[in-house]
Amino acid sequence: MLNSLWHTLFAPGFFSSSAVWRALSMSAAVAVVSGMVGVFAVVRGQSFAGHALGDFGTTGASGAFLAGLNAVWGFLGVGLIAGAIMDTLGKRAKERDIATGVVLSLILGIGALFLYFDTTYRNTTGAPMTILFGSVFLVDPSLLPFVLCFDGLAVLLLFIIYRPLLFSSLNVDLARAKGVPARLISILFMSALAMAVEQSAIVVGALLSTALLIGPAAIAIRFTHRPGKAMLVASMIGIFSSWMGILLAYDSYNWPPVNRGWPVSFFIASIILLLYILSHLRLRMGTRRGKKVLQEG
Amino acid sequence: MWSVWHFLFAPGVFRDPFMLSTWEGASIVAVLAGMIGFFVILRGTAFASHALPKGGFAGAAAAALLGINTLWGLTVFSVSGALAIGWLGRRGRHDVVIALILVFLLGSGALFLNLSDMYAPEIYSLLFGEILGITPAEVRDTAIIGLVSIIILLLVYRPLLYVSVLPESAQARGLSVRRMEMVFLFLVGLTSAVTVPIVGALLTFSLMVAPAAAASYLAKRPGMAMILSVVISLASVWLSILLSFDTGWPVGFFVASLSAFAYFLARFATARRRAIFPKAHRQPAEM
Amino acid sequence: MYLRSVANTAPDPVLTVKQVSVRFGSRRVLDNISLELQAGDFVGLIGPNGAGKTTLLKVILGLQPPDAGKVEMEGKVIHRGNSRVGYVPQKISLDPDTPMSARDLVALGLDGHRWGIPLPSRKRWAAVDEALAAVDALRYANAPVGKLSGGEQQRLLIAQALLTQPKLLLLDEPLSNLDIRSAHEVVRLVSRISREQNLAILLVAHDMNPLLGAMDKIVYLAEGRAAMGSVDEVVQSHVLSQLYGYDVEVIRVQGRILVVGGEAPLPVNQSISVWDEALTHVE
Repeated sequence: MLNSLWHTLFAPGFFSSSAVWRALSMSAAVAVVSGMVGVFAVVRGQSFAGHALGDFGTTGASGAFLAGLNAVWGFLGVGLIAGAIMDTLGKRAKERDIATGVVLSLILGIGALFLYFDTTYRNTTGAPMTILFGSVFLVDPSLLPFVLCFDGLAVLLLFIIYRPLLFSSLNVDLARAKGVPARLISILFMSALAMAVEQSAIVVGALLSTALLIGPAAIAIRFTHRPGKAMLVASMIGIFSSWMGILLAYDSYNWPPVNRGWPVSFFIASIILLLYILSHLRLRMGTRRGKKVLQEG
Repeated sequence: MWSVWHFLFAPGVFRDPFMLSTWEGASIVAVLAGMIGFFVILRGTAFASHALPKGGFAGAAAAALLGINTLWGLTVFSVSGALAIGWLGRRGRHDVVIALILVFLLGSGALFLNLSDMYAPEIYSLLFGEILGITPAEVRDTAIIGLVSIIILLLVYRPLLYVSVLPESAQARGLSVRRMEMVFLFLVGLTSAVTVPIVGALLTFSLMVAPAAAASYLAKRPGMAMILSVVISLASVWLSILLSFDTGWPVGFFVASLSAFAYFLARFATARRRAIFPKAHRQPAEM
Repeated sequence: MYLRSVANTAPDPVLTVKQVSVRFGSRRVLDNISLELQAGDFVGLIGPNGAGKTTLLKVILGLQPPDAGKVEMEGKVIHRGNSRVGYVPQKISLDPDTPMSARDLVALGLDGHRWGIPLPSRKRWAAVDEALAAVDALRYANAPVGKLSGGEQQRLLIAQALLTQPKLLLLDEPLSNLDIRSAHEVVRLVSRISREQNLAILLVAHDMNPLLGAMDKIVYLAEGRAAMGSVDEVVQSHVLSQLYGYDVEVIRVQGRILVVGGEAPLPVNQSISVWDEALTHVE
């Protein structure tokens, strides 16, 4: 009885598969880094930029493939350069939204060309799908040292600029008046964001890199007002959703209509959206009375 | 000279019957996206105009799974995605919600793709566009829904302008800021739904952002900006079709590059003009 | 009509607020507020942050239904979107590159709420130019709105509110983003328009000093309670102390009036951190 329930929850072989263990550990690493960087991305209103950086991966990977380079350099190169351009072009909120949009559209256009060359001259198909949706089960183990290295670098950079970043994220005018080099901090944060997002795009695909960057952080800052704690909570939520997603994806190999497994990205994205809506509803009900008091004045 | 002419206007680019549908379809898309784009730029909602066409892609996959017209799947997904963004987002700030709705839509798209048997080239064409695949039936559908969208847009033009520029005043005059926002997102969703099947998600996105962004630097009046946005949008699309026809390269690449080029040109040209003649646009005010 | 004006020499009030109360949860934001504005009255609505000024404006605009009491405009109960009330928001937040001229912005006040695109009409632009002239803004009528100074933008907002030929003009903190000189210019302008067009003015401000001399009456709002009258009547230590519910002192120095102790200390659990403030922009 208990045994059958156990087997329904964890399909046979879940714990003995090395692919599963690798997926669990890699997604945890990605969730932690995304959660930490994500809190700042959300507070600074850079969700669009965070998503765009993930999408640049398509162009970076197809470009690197075309040039015969390791995909890591393609991801990272396009991410850092385009990130710097977006940051330089967009200083005010609305301007930033538009600049991100134009740069993203341009980079995707170039990506379309690279893919066309890849398929024409190098005869690959399905490349955009793999990069876009990714799969934690199919991570190339040879990429892992690079991923961990740049993830570590992103976190290190985040810690170095932590205090001025927090200050200029909360009130940029005040920070500037106190002598914080807000422009430099902004570019440095964009670089950290680019490194974190590009690495997670390699591991889990562009789609999940956005999901893990924005979702857990947005939920976390609803429950805590302390940045450090928010980063911790976001990482936990990220780990929880990706592990749940991996478990369900593994189980789904036995699910109808076709026994070929549902994509893990579907599960993780759904879990995160669900958690976000729950936190939204909770916040709404909890503050329906209190909210008006704050708005008053 | 003649060879340049022939390179640009390769034989058959105007006469082939399948090219006729391409010209028609792409022009409708360019006009529609250029007009909506004006409000996308004014309201700073480039992210939504990226997410809705791309998220609608899940609808196409769902339609393929169920064996129904792609347009229906796209309409259901783009429009409900738009409404969900409006529902969950607050106070004009939506970026977190857009990101999450987008990944959810794409995640379900991945699921539908997995369950159905869509070919990679079909997906490629939904994402990046394929100018030669447009059929007259698709053009007809796009023209009808596109026309409806343009009529709605012109109908809400003034109130939408009012709530975008002076939300508090508009509210005091009895307009609902939230309802107008919903109408706007609905229009972006509908536009995405009709344009993605024929030109792909990337092209729709490029045309909703870059031409209007360029126009906002060049024009001084709202009506003028909208017209200029349509002109830039049409010019990029037409030139892109010619170049794509000649080279065989994806049309999405040309549209994205040309419209981005227009944006950079407009932005830096006005920045320079301003640096040389600061405040030359008005007489000295005494205040 | 004739009989009535004989019986009551005071003209009918433009705006009557009768015993209005608004409650948010257990908190009374407005507590039994009554006031009356006659045509041509220039009234300052003064009070510290959180006193309920914005809520009162919303009630008058019909955007916030009161829990008790009623608001009448020329004898009729107010409704949302009343064209007899002109509303001037605090500020314009437009990017400098927004393709919109000052004239376009002001025109929104005329027909921005109507459906369809504006049709070319000489009458429409004549009305807009008249409003621009009334606020001395004709010389920058064609300039891009986003590049104008705060004072210039404030004039456009006033012109925008004048276009429906209102009887009452509500100005929400029009002075808070302006330097002292521009603030005085705006006050003088509003005062002149009020006289020329026989308009009732209700101007919200947290500092009364720029309005001294210009306003006919003051409505002082604190802790949801209000006192109305001339400045000399209302701005007295004992009157304000009663409103606040604790002792405050009114000090007059060099023609300026200071209310000392007028800000209630925030209870610790209600204090709003910077982090919270930043987060209200995220959603």
